[in-house]
Amino acid sequence: MAVDTESGRAMNQTLVMAGTIAGVLAGVLVAASLLIWGERRLLAVWQDRSGPNRVGPLGLGQVAADVVKILTKEDWIPPFADKPIFVLAPMIIMTTTLLSFAVICFGPSAVVADLNVGLLFFLAMSAMGVYSVVLAGWASNSKYPLLGAMRAAGQMFGYEVFMGLSLMGVVMCAGSFNLREIVLAQRHLWFCVPQVLGLVIFLIAGFAETRRLPLDLPETENELVAGYHTEYSGMKFGMFYVGEYVGVVLVSSLITVLFFGGWLGPWLPGVVWFCIKTLVFVCFFVLCRATLMRPRYDQLMSFGWKVLLPLSLANLLVTAAVVLVRGGQ
Amino acid sequence: MTNDTILRQDLTWRFGDAIAAWQPVSDDVPTLWVTKERAADVLRYLKTGIEKPYRMLYDLFAIDERMRGHRSGQPQADFTIVYHLLSFDRNADIRVKVPLHGESLSVKSVTDIWPAANWYEREAWDMFGVHFDGHPGLRRILMPPWWQGHPLRKDHPNRATEMPPFVLTNEKVDQRLSQLQFNPDEWGLSRHSEDGDFLFVNIGPHHTGTHGLFRIVCQLDGETIQNAVPDIGYHHRGAEKMAERQTWHTFIPYTDRVDYLGGVMNNLAYVLAVEKLAGIVVPPRAQCIRVMLSELFRIASHLVFYGTFAQDLGAMSPVFYMFTDREHVLEIIEAVCGARMHPNWFRIGGIADDLPRGWDRLIDGLLQWLPGRLKEYDTLVLNNPIFKRRTRGIGAFTQEEAVEWGITGPGLRACGCAWDLRKKRPYSGYQQYDFEIPVASSGDCYDRAVVRVEEIRQSLRIVDQCRNNMPAGDYKSDHPLASPPRKEKTMHDIETLIAHFLSVTWGPVMPAGEAHASIEATKGINGYQVISDGGTVSYRTRIRTPSFAHLQMLPLLCKGAVLSDLIAILGAVDFVLADVDR
Repeated sequence: MAVDTESGRAMNQTLVMAGTIAGVLAGVLVAASLLIWGERRLLAVWQDRSGPNRVGPLGLGQVAADVVKILTKEDWIPPFADKPIFVLAPMIIMTTTLLSFAVICFGPSAVVADLNVGLLFFLAMSAMGVYSVVLAGWASNSKYPLLGAMRAAGQMFGYEVFMGLSLMGVVMCAGSFNLREIVLAQRHLWFCVPQVLGLVIFLIAGFAETRRLPLDLPETENELVAGYHTEYSGMKFGMFYVGEYVGVVLVSSLITVLFFGGWLGPWLPGVVWFCIKTLVFVCFFVLCRATLMRPRYDQLMSFGWKVLLPLSLANLLVTAAVVLVRGGQ
Repeated sequence: MTNDTILRQDLTWRFGDAIAAWQPVSDDVPTLWVTKERAADVLRYLKTGIEKPYRMLYDLFAIDERMRGHRSGQPQADFTIVYHLLSFDRNADIRVKVPLHGESLSVKSVTDIWPAANWYEREAWDMFGVHFDGHPGLRRILMPPWWQGHPLRKDHPNRATEMPPFVLTNEKVDQRLSQLQFNPDEWGLSRHSEDGDFLFVNIGPHHTGTHGLFRIVCQLDGETIQNAVPDIGYHHRGAEKMAERQTWHTFIPYTDRVDYLGGVMNNLAYVLAVEKLAGIVVPPRAQCIRVMLSELFRIASHLVFYGTFAQDLGAMSPVFYMFTDREHVLEIIEAVCGARMHPNWFRIGGIADDLPRGWDRLIDGLLQWLPGRLKEYDTLVLNNPIFKRRTRGIGAFTQEEAVEWGITGPGLRACGCAWDLRKKRPYSGYQQYDFEIPVASSGDCYDRAVVRVEEIRQSLRIVDQCRNNMPAGDYKSDHPLASPPRKEKTMHDIETLIAHFLSVTWGPVMPAGEAHASIEATKGINGYQVISDGGTVSYRTRIRTPSFAHLQMLPLLCKGAVLSDLIAILGAVDFVLADVDR
């Protein structure tokens, strides 16, 4: 009998787990595809125009229309491309960004993998994601993608370093890499207050991470046509396209978790709070895209190494000192 | 003794027999004929030797003289090369003509005197088959490399229907594509550096950064541009050839399409030249309407520049705001002309029709709308730190370089030279208006943008003055050559009816002669040289466009810059490809 309940419990746990995974996956993908519509509508609002408003109520049918279009488009592989890697590259970006969501805690118990090194897992995945871009550019065997890939590789060296360092202040304050514990550590004060510098630096890194304006240098449509994914079409392009939105959702949820108290909030259920906060940052990403200009590649690099890296180190130093003093009392 | 006579005496004394004739012309540009042996010497003297020199090679073109009947006062010639020089110190032009004879046409290249002569000489070779000895790379520039014949020669067909049917076989496609393949050796560019290979990137003819059909091949070391080779001609439609088949009047719509952002401003340069030829005086109301519409188009064109320039640097939104503003301008244009981009509104001797009722209210609306918006854009674009970092010190040139390369307009004013034809040589009554010439000092991309933005404000001032002081009276001259002729008088007697009928069906017959008119267009100085052989069509129409000269300077500007800078430089030059290729 005891054995039965145990296996029943294990069964139950598996079901809950499967449910969580399915829920997170579905939620993220729906959010990302809604962003196809949402970003265009928001940009339109800020640019004094209408945006997609014809298909269905509020133009929401645009999402379905776009998905159908992208699925039925000819999926062409250029004859000069390195075929296996060319096919593999877009899958990497989708896989790594989706995997990163495993460690995000949407609510007190709504988390797929409650890893004790959750934050490190995210950093590892984000570093892996760059491979996708570099490989895509290299495998295309064409000049514009190559330039885009080169920029992506350079940009990665530029921002990955300070991105990791900017988050270490949060880790110190919370005393853990586990994202759930980081949220719980913010019960009294969200980390956006003591770690405001870390937040700003992480935001900037977030633009580079998602390769969006103003830091869309690997793509730069005005210079490199479409950068690393110039030669892509059909669903492979779609993966880069949706991958970008998944990335935006990912970075926004991380900002929520690390700096704005995750699911914490009065009255409403935790998951709702999480979604509201994340939505705000998603909109912030779109707003920045509508407003800002793109710095030059070398300007970004020197800004990263000469300004942001020392700043994040200073932030780390001060945080460490404060933590040490407090701990000593 | 006038400057003109001193100049004549000086040149005659120095070069004696080499000067074959001083030609009488319908405009006020002294025109002298020089034998081809001494031409380069005379030109060099005019550029460097003479007091108050003619430093700018304003234009260089050829004329096929073989079919021309009225050539009194001109030495015998089969072809003529015309050098049009401009002196800033004198505020005067001079035209040097060189006669060429026979089948083997050649003249010494002047690329060693003016680097800017390079493209002009290539164009003259392409269009007329005149060979320039000592030219560094004489090859076709506007026509494709496989073209047979020289289109602007009088014996070249004017329409496709005069040629055998066009057939495109697969072999032809392959051959033509392979001819477009860039070969670095042809341009003397090395494929390798000491520590690696260069990457040759073909930017265009279809590329978001080139603003039209324009191709530039960059020799890249990493992202640094070692050399750049511009390739034009993809937008060439033979406007100058069309001018030789359309009547004086029916060529006006074709001018609209030269600088397609400048609209009626193109009409203006052309009709001013023809009016000079015919001796037509335009009534004040027509002049004022012309000025007002031209300035509205300057605003519209600069707004397109402003928005697309910001877009080139990654700012998504300004272009939408500025196109909204441009829409306000185009609404006025549409209300007056009935069309927006190609209004075809100016006529020889005036304009097509009077202003509609309520035009002043539309102008008031614009004058209230735009200044506030411009202030916002200062914050959004010009004062944006990223914008400054991307444009300050990028693509800079000095005043000397600008003059050497034939740069005019905002580009020239951005490096400190307050040269604006509206002030220096007022036409259409510009001397009556109160406005300033915006000038900047460093000549980089940022300054070019600042100058243009300030020009929008100055144009608004001019439009405001036009609105408040619009003279009453006729909108078209009573001159018999004004076209189309006035309808009212035709119903009274048979003579005017016949004259009207002929003028409308055949077109007006312009007296034989040559005349040139230049105006301060949106991109720089736009000039039309019209030559009449006493017929209903032009014998030769030369269109001097600013963008042609500006684009030629591009390799100099982007050498050593990175790819991102190239896009900024292209945006700041503000060219229109139709204005380059014609």
